[in-house]
Amino acid sequence: MKHLKTIRLLQNKISFLLDVKASKKITVINLIAVIIFFFSASLGDSFINPVKVFQAFIGQGSEFDQLIIVDFRLPRIFIAAFAGMALAVAGAILQGIIKNPLASPDIIGISAGGGAAVVGFLALFSDANHSLTVSIEWLPLAGFIGATFVGIIVYLFAWKDGVTPNRLVLIGIGVSAFMQAITTMLMIIGPIYQASEANKWITGSVKSADWEQVQIIVPLIGGLLLITFFITRQLNVQELGDDTAASLGQAVQKTRLLLILLSASLVASAISFAGAIGFVGLMAPHIARRIVGPSFGVLLPTSAAIGALLVMVADIIGRTAFSPLEVPAGVFTAAIGAPYFIYLLFRNPRK
Amino acid sequence: MTESIETKSLTLSYGDTNIIENLDLAIPMNEITVLIGANGCGKSTLLRSIARLLKPKNGAVLLDGLDIFSLSTKQVAKKLSILPQSPVAPEGLTVLQLVKQGRYPHQSWRKQWTQQDEEIVLNALKATGVEHLQDKPVDELSGGQRQRAWIAMTLAQDTDIILLDEPTTYLDLTHQIEVLDLLYVLNQQQNRTIIMVLHDINLACRYADHIITVRDRAVFKQGKPEEIMTTSLVKHVFDLECQMTEDPIFGTPLCIPFGKGRKIY
Repeated sequence: MKHLKTIRLLQNKISFLLDVKASKKITVINLIAVIIFFFSASLGDSFINPVKVFQAFIGQGSEFDQLIIVDFRLPRIFIAAFAGMALAVAGAILQGIIKNPLASPDIIGISAGGGAAVVGFLALFSDANHSLTVSIEWLPLAGFIGATFVGIIVYLFAWKDGVTPNRLVLIGIGVSAFMQAITTMLMIIGPIYQASEANKWITGSVKSADWEQVQIIVPLIGGLLLITFFITRQLNVQELGDDTAASLGQAVQKTRLLLILLSASLVASAISFAGAIGFVGLMAPHIARRIVGPSFGVLLPTSAAIGALLVMVADIIGRTAFSPLEVPAGVFTAAIGAPYFIYLLFRNPRK
Repeated sequence: MTESIETKSLTLSYGDTNIIENLDLAIPMNEITVLIGANGCGKSTLLRSIARLLKPKNGAVLLDGLDIFSLSTKQVAKKLSILPQSPVAPEGLTVLQLVKQGRYPHQSWRKQWTQQDEEIVLNALKATGVEHLQDKPVDELSGGQRQRAWIAMTLAQDTDIILLDEPTTYLDLTHQIEVLDLLYVLNQQQNRTIIMVLHDINLACRYADHIITVRDRAVFKQGKPEEIMTTSLVKHVFDLECQMTEDPIFGTPLCIPFGKGRKIY
């Protein structure tokens, strides 16, 4: 109990048990994330030192620095950070529902649904000259709708007197394969331009970020993350198994639907702008569990910070390592993620 | 205080197969009741339905005279808790974190650790003898310790009635006795009503005040072990030839199954 602190406020109207050790760790990880945030703004085609970055940030730098930092770099870093947080938290929630650390938004088909919708959008709104008949700005919306729609489809198909984790995974894998088939077919029969545009999205890239997108994604994901703060108790109970959760007085299926909806909308919001950045939803919660343990009160904030870190770092590598060529951030999350996944499988023979 | 649990013409089924048919049963309060019967006879199914985990096909389970399905799951959770068979805790979850979950039905998001929560959780840890293990991950404990941690969680739920589905499965004899002793003490000292499924007839006879035998989708016989446990009952319920005798130490019925094996006399 020594690393735990009892907090009771307002004449016991609010009370909780604070894990002091985990809170310290979360503070440190968040500090690192903030440092990477500013560091990321320094790096690029030209290096701008962090002090100037900070000045530009609060509106006091030179006009040129302002332009590069505020107009070019900051939006993509914001998108990277928020997409990372959203994917990580969505992954943590799914792993809690499915009770398996190998579960992730990629596996249950939500990302693949977004991918198919994006390719479908590009195919549907291209004219004979292979140019889009509507603004490319609608593309995120297509991704959002696709991801949410497939999330709902998977849930409905998995329903049979309630949704069990196993059915959710199996149906998810099936629907995911189907969505990928549609995606591949549309890419092959469609024009080359469309394939490359779609591919960028499917891999996941924050290159085309702008402030308009930031204005949508920050409140959207911020709001969803705020909701997750209130449902950590439900997640903790849900992870103990259906019978135990019901015995503890949880409406298991209702809670599960709410959690899946929350997870799907987090993923949909993230990938609509950042593309289907893979493996973050798998890795971040897992690393977080290693650091602070499986209790969701501390697991969710830790996952969020680590998710932000992963995508920000992947984006830094993507735009600096092969400069002037830009490699989508998703390539690097996958490059670390795939071996990590295999490592997990080896470590978890019983799963 | 919960006054009664009964079933009224209860029929339970999986798909089209009836598991229990038209059962009227009253469970004695403040006693230890043990359900026994052959594999697949429906005793676990019956236990699950009493805990509201399974919706009856017909009839009802009545808690204090009210259909358990007319109550919310939270209301039920304040009166009755069930420990499922071989529950699994998430990897790395500590004993304290697990036991704390028992307070779930009594909490809201604002009140997650009241004075009362703290006292009840600490008492549960003490009663089950896992206080010194509270910061250890549940998955690193021995089988007996792990089961005691789970029982601590159901105790933290602070219900008058505790149901357990084969709480001694996968435990070696030492830990079986450890767990059953714990439940016995809880019944004796805190007057909790305990209803459980056990496989071992002899341990059932030792620890149960009341035995319910299940066979052919119905209760075959019920009552005090020393009054109902006979050779012919075992023959009927388990399809096993045996001799019933008295436990030389406890005086409770002792079943010696016939069969092959070495004979020394």
